[in-house]
Amino acid sequence: MGLDFTIIPGYLDIILLGCLWTIAITAAAALLSFFGGILFAVMALYAPAVIRWPFKVIEFVFMGTPLLLQLFLIYFGLVQIGIDLPAFVAGVIGLGLHFAVYNSELIQTAILSVDKGQMEAARTLGLSRGQALRKVVVPQAVRAVIPPIGNNMIALLKDSALVSVIGVSELTLSAQRAIGATYRPFEFYLLAAAFYYVINLGMEWVQRRIERRISLSR
Amino acid sequence: MSTDQTHLTDFVQIRHAQKAFGQLEVLKDISLNVARGQIVAIIGPSGSGKSTLLRAINDLDPLTGGEIWLDGTQVNKSLPHRQYEKHINQMRQEIGMVFQHFNLFPHMTARENVTMAPKMLKGLSNEAADALAEEQLQKVGMLERIDYYPSQLSGGQKQRVAIARALAMKPKLMLFDEATSALDPELVDEVNQVMKKLAEEQMTMIIVTHEMDFAAAVCDRVLFMDQGVVVEEGPPEVIFKRPEKERTRAFLRKHLENAP
Repeated sequence: MGLDFTIIPGYLDIILLGCLWTIAITAAAALLSFFGGILFAVMALYAPAVIRWPFKVIEFVFMGTPLLLQLFLIYFGLVQIGIDLPAFVAGVIGLGLHFAVYNSELIQTAILSVDKGQMEAARTLGLSRGQALRKVVVPQAVRAVIPPIGNNMIALLKDSALVSVIGVSELTLSAQRAIGATYRPFEFYLLAAAFYYVINLGMEWVQRRIERRISLSR
Repeated sequence: MSTDQTHLTDFVQIRHAQKAFGQLEVLKDISLNVARGQIVAIIGPSGSGKSTLLRAINDLDPLTGGEIWLDGTQVNKSLPHRQYEKHINQMRQEIGMVFQHFNLFPHMTARENVTMAPKMLKGLSNEAADALAEEQLQKVGMLERIDYYPSQLSGGQKQRVAIARALAMKPKLMLFDEATSALDPELVDEVNQVMKKLAEEQMTMIIVTHEMDFAAAVCDRVLFMDQGVVVEEGPPEVIFKRPEKERTRAFLRKHLENAP
């Protein structure tokens, strides 16, 4: 039997809906990973030890274990201690924290490589260390690592397929459902792959726009 | 003893300043008074401690001994950590500083560089901050570049914006740490012109510099430092024309065209 793409139109609505969920979960998790990454980085570098160490543990857990396992823990595990999260929320938290840890590593290095004259100039004007970090050092550090953070965000998009296992009807699960009804895995997986690629292009476009906006101020 | 009334002569007081990194003594018991509106140049070979002294005045490099006073308030008061942070942030608002490498904030325009601290620390409204930025950038001749980023400016222009940024906090005292040393020779003059203008406006200034001609033209007093001590001080016509100490003469021979 050959490929038959004529069956696709009948399931396009499910697949497109899946696309929307993938975009939604990726966008929400990307935002969480970005701001979480900044928070983790500042904590890791400047918080007192009592706060820093619990963060180190979180960091270790999220870097050292499979994302799939983390999603299971958050979605199925937390129920046992009375935290029953909707699948979408569990997915956003899992993906978001996982990539926040990776972003944090990038941002920490970038913060340390901001010229120390920047902190001095800000302190000389009368800013506290916290104010200087917030207005002067961290914004520069984040600008410097926008390209590698962008790479992380593309990895996040691809790993968002994992949340299908906790029942979020994103693109991969939608494709599986269409396959379940038609027994045409090749066509629908190819279609899903094509849509991932398109979303990916969209993300790269957004990243380029952000880079262009900040290129002057570097 | 230390008093809170400010005489004309002791607007800025450095009393027995000492600084040591372990065994290495960088500042050895330095005292200096600067009157309101006075301009003092600190000259000396590199490693003489002149930048360290300047950076001690706003506590960027804290002293290990001695006191700094500005307008009747001790800058490096001994206070519990939290209170000290509040105190020093307050004091630093009154002490402008200009660095050799400008240290402009690269992610902000000239306008934002100037207005950031006043907005944040003095609660200026956007309108008031914009007016302030225009006023200060006008003063340093950078009004046409108000919305440029530092990467779009020359070194001399950056330094002028940095001076405007410091002036925007309305400081009582300005510190210049080799403000023209990193500039191409043809850009030095535009910065010197701005500093001269400040001198005419009676701004109190302490200037670490390698430019003897500028020091001679603008300053009321010159300090020659070497190896952590003030070797000689006096009015520029004395220090540059008739210095008493051999060390001063030796230094000037290297740095002046027609040295004494």
